[in-house]
Amino acid sequence: MDFPILSSLILLPILGAIFIFFSKSNNNLTIKYLALFVSFANFILSLYLWYLFDTTTSEFQFLEERSWIKGFINYKVGVDGISILFIILTTFITPLCVVSVNDTIKNRLKDFLVAILIMESLMIGVFCSLDLVVFYLFFEGGLIPMFLIIGIWGGEKRVYSAFKFFLYTLLGSVLMLVAIISIYWMTGTTDVTYLYNIGIDAKYQNLLWLAFFSSFAVKTPMWPVHTWLPDAHVEAPTAGSVLLAAILLKMAGYGFIRFSIGLFPIASEYFVPLVYFLSLVAIIYTSLVALMQEDMKKLIAYSSVAHMGFVTLGIFTITQQGLEGSIYQMISHGLVSAALFLSVGVLYERIHTRLINNYGGLVSIMPKYAIIFMIFTLGAVGLPGTSGFVGEFLILMGAFKKSFLVATIASLGVILAAAYMLWLYKRIIFGIVINEKLNKLKDLSKTELFILSSLAFPIIFFGFYPEPILNTTEVSIKYLIEMYNNNINLNLIENK
Amino acid sequence: MDIEYLIIFLPLLGSIISGLLGKYIGSRNSEIITSLFVSISAILSFIIFYKVLNQDYTNNLNIFTWINSGTLNVSWSIDIDALSSVMLVVVTLVSSLVHIYSIGYMSDDPHKQRFMSYLSLFTFSMLMLVTSDNFLQLFFGWEGVGLCSYFLIGFWFRKESANAAAIKAFVVNRVGDFGFALGIFLIFYLFGTVNYDEVFELVPSILNNDLSFLGINVNAINLICVLLFIGAMGKSAQIFLHTWLPDAMEGPTPVSALIHAATMVTAGVFLVVRCSPIFEYSPLALNLVTIIGMSTAFFAATIALVQDDIKKIIAYSTCSQLGYMFFAAGVGAYNVAMFHLFTHAFFKALLFLGSGSVIHSFKNEQNINVMGGVWKKLPYTWALMVIGTLALTGFPFFSGFYSKDAIIEFAYLSGSATGYFAAGIGIFTAFLTSIYSWRLMFKTFHGNYNNKNIDSSSMHESPLIMIIPLIILAIGAIFSGFLFKDLFIGVESSENFWKDSIFFLEPLSSDHPPLWFIVFTPILVILSIPTAYYFFIINKKFTNEIVKGNLPLYNFLKNKWYFDEIYEYLFVKPSKKIGLYFWKKIDLRFIDRFGPDGISSLIKIISSIAVKFQNGFIYHYAFVMLLGFSALLTFLILK
Repeated sequence: MDFPILSSLILLPILGAIFIFFSKSNNNLTIKYLALFVSFANFILSLYLWYLFDTTTSEFQFLEERSWIKGFINYKVGVDGISILFIILTTFITPLCVVSVNDTIKNRLKDFLVAILIMESLMIGVFCSLDLVVFYLFFEGGLIPMFLIIGIWGGEKRVYSAFKFFLYTLLGSVLMLVAIISIYWMTGTTDVTYLYNIGIDAKYQNLLWLAFFSSFAVKTPMWPVHTWLPDAHVEAPTAGSVLLAAILLKMAGYGFIRFSIGLFPIASEYFVPLVYFLSLVAIIYTSLVALMQEDMKKLIAYSSVAHMGFVTLGIFTITQQGLEGSIYQMISHGLVSAALFLSVGVLYERIHTRLINNYGGLVSIMPKYAIIFMIFTLGAVGLPGTSGFVGEFLILMGAFKKSFLVATIASLGVILAAAYMLWLYKRIIFGIVINEKLNKLKDLSKTELFILSSLAFPIIFFGFYPEPILNTTEVSIKYLIEMYNNNINLNLIENK
Repeated sequence: MDIEYLIIFLPLLGSIISGLLGKYIGSRNSEIITSLFVSISAILSFIIFYKVLNQDYTNNLNIFTWINSGTLNVSWSIDIDALSSVMLVVVTLVSSLVHIYSIGYMSDDPHKQRFMSYLSLFTFSMLMLVTSDNFLQLFFGWEGVGLCSYFLIGFWFRKESANAAAIKAFVVNRVGDFGFALGIFLIFYLFGTVNYDEVFELVPSILNNDLSFLGINVNAINLICVLLFIGAMGKSAQIFLHTWLPDAMEGPTPVSALIHAATMVTAGVFLVVRCSPIFEYSPLALNLVTIIGMSTAFFAATIALVQDDIKKIIAYSTCSQLGYMFFAAGVGAYNVAMFHLFTHAFFKALLFLGSGSVIHSFKNEQNINVMGGVWKKLPYTWALMVIGTLALTGFPFFSGFYSKDAIIEFAYLSGSATGYFAAGIGIFTAFLTSIYSWRLMFKTFHGNYNNKNIDSSSMHESPLIMIIPLIILAIGAIFSGFLFKDLFIGVESSENFWKDSIFFLEPLSSDHPPLWFIVFTPILVILSIPTAYYFFIINKKFTNEIVKGNLPLYNFLKNKWYFDEIYEYLFVKPSKKIGLYFWKKIDLRFIDRFGPDGISSLIKIISSIAVKFQNGFIYHYAFVMLLGFSALLTFLILK
């Protein structure tokens, strides 16, 4: 067997975390460098994975399989064009989070970094596990560090938010667990690749689909189970918000593609109108809500819901453009939302308020900040030349093929996005300085500039040259759509 | 290496240098570099134009792949044909003059580097727009110029009104882009490609395709054209989507000249002309273009009659002239539309820069009621603006005379009811144009000096660096019509010059309208000068009495037909209200109350446990769980 690269990716952060946890050092700086080293090494490793990755096949690659509970659950991991990019996104965002951690995390910095590293492992696990039970463990395991990050290091209402987050996501997941168990009883396996081949009986698909959906919908989050997200974001520390927006939300989008569409094509086809409806509501409704927010983080949180609405819409168009666009949009949103939350963090650390009204006229005080924040704003608006455009445009193109009406309504969201993002930007950056305290603010430090430019660069680069991403996903998605259509056609013939 | 690369990328390079390194190289170097680069670009554009003119030169450069997904395959490209070569010349020439003018105009501004950087970035985006060979890159340029316009309108960021205007411009344009984007989706849906050549080739094959759009059965070609035209209306500030353009005058005046007169706002016209192979098959859309065009021409002219802000008058004038271009395109005379675009670029940029010179002299005063009598103090500016006004109003043998009268003539010759009507409106609007233009000139330069704040003896002419660009534009405003008339709109122009870049389903009429029709407009235009002089200089009382007698009409015009108020009431306020309602009532009162809060209030009943939550015990448990989970995992994988 070759070098187990995927397991290494999962294990490395955990081992780092355990090492940090038991290390005697109380020097925050040493610990931070250690965590940074580990997460950065993991990033390099994941890039190597991408380098080795063969984009011409839809097969799962780097497969590893070990029996866990004999004859029942196998630890099975592998990646294809759909999952590999999420792994790279995870390993890319984590070191940036580690760098961004600073004095604002006053107590228990060590534990905080441990939580972040374990979180990284679990997320990577989610994206490469090919067994339903293993997937479930990773998927739910990811809840715990997030719960801790919000609950321990959060703001004033952290307890409320942490429990709201926990309740919402847990309730959804219980149903998924039930569904996984029933799949096992029906087919005798939880191996995803095997399940792809044998298929699941059409008459059970609708129920199973709904069970998975309830879990994914909460995590996406889709309307109307989105209300935990603004609260969680507002209370979470910056690094927590970044992980939540950039990676945690993507687990659900990935889950829709891998499981909902992959395992239950007939049910997916049946529920398409439902998903379209909820996605459209998410896009329009939350954009309007975002327009009226007074808290920067809440505004960005609501805009995340709208952006994820585009993702779910694109996925269920089941077209090449729609699906590729969705993955693209998820990667792009991962970068843009991470950047936006970090940008808000920069301000919050300086004068400890997130209320938009307390700001104004920053452009003359923090010019560097103004420029880089503009790039992220434009990314969120989806301006051509930023990564945000490519995803959104492809999704809408795919949606247009399926329904003019849906694409037309969704396109309205693009107008609203411009309105709420530019208005936010104007209120913070332009105008006159009304708040005395602002005059003393320092522009971006070197570290901050480094973090934010590392996000700005790919946002622009992938806006002009999306090929590396689109090329990676292309073949796997083509195969997925073929498989999907075959199943639908087979089912039609059987019904006749 | 093809010189096209230099034309397009020099402005981008200048923008990057000035924007990122401006602080290190200083403002003067930034100004020199950006102006120099754009000027080189302009010279090279003339070379290209010359080659197209004399050697039938065309070129299609593929830079690299942009988006490749399924059947969608789009590249960054530079495509040169007659149409894009004309746009290259217009864009780079006006841009380089505006760059140079700005060195003088912005001399007191502390953010010169940023300003020059935006101007160059705009030029780059505009060049990407006009040289694209596909709809997606066109859209890129389209949004890019919109973005730069946003930056430049809000350039004086301390002014609340400038910020509001910038956002308004962006969002209203997005409404247009919404239609444009849907048009692109529909094109991709029907043709499976967004490259011009492939799309245009396939158009005749789907002439009879009907599709159901939002429950209505429509012809596919009609729908594409209407959607694309909505985009064009937004960018070119046509009626209903025009509200941003007058507000955009908040930006520095050079910006108004370059973006909001000569180049960006003409992108909509360019789009319709570029898509002539589609529009020609849609009489319905062409009629719509004509009607919107002539309505805009007329309504904007009526508003311009009563405005007092020198820049707003010219802005409405731009709106009105763009209307002319559209109705030329609507009656199938695309080349005439391009001709008016070409001449308009000279005289309108001239008028704007001239008004900038006036504003500069009056220390940022823009109200024409507090000017007057300074023509001897500002002789160059005055003379140059007279030239611009003569050209704009279509005074015989100035450039506007050739292009505007051609539009009216072709509308007349198109023979349709819409055509006659448009010709009639066109003549009347030409008269209005002349009245409001001369009103501006007389109130600004003649009569009594009305400014109490500035001593008239301190008035002085603008520096040479601002006057020279004006002189070059004035030369264009005088001669561009006469010199290029045969090339652009001559009987043989389609075969000799435009070739494949503009498609005419049926050749344009080569007839001439009757003589009385040809001389009618110029006579009106000439007579309007003494008329305006009488009303605005000699007998102002009479004018005021007319106003008093028609106060409702006057207020209606003064308030710009109440478009802003209506939109505020119909769209802006409801959006905010609905947003607030969704948030406060549905999210918080309904979903949260019955969802998570309902459940957690159950939990809170067991409040003794809740106390422990805050002690952190529960987190210890969770932490141990997490570590245990991780350890287990590690063990399993390593096993």
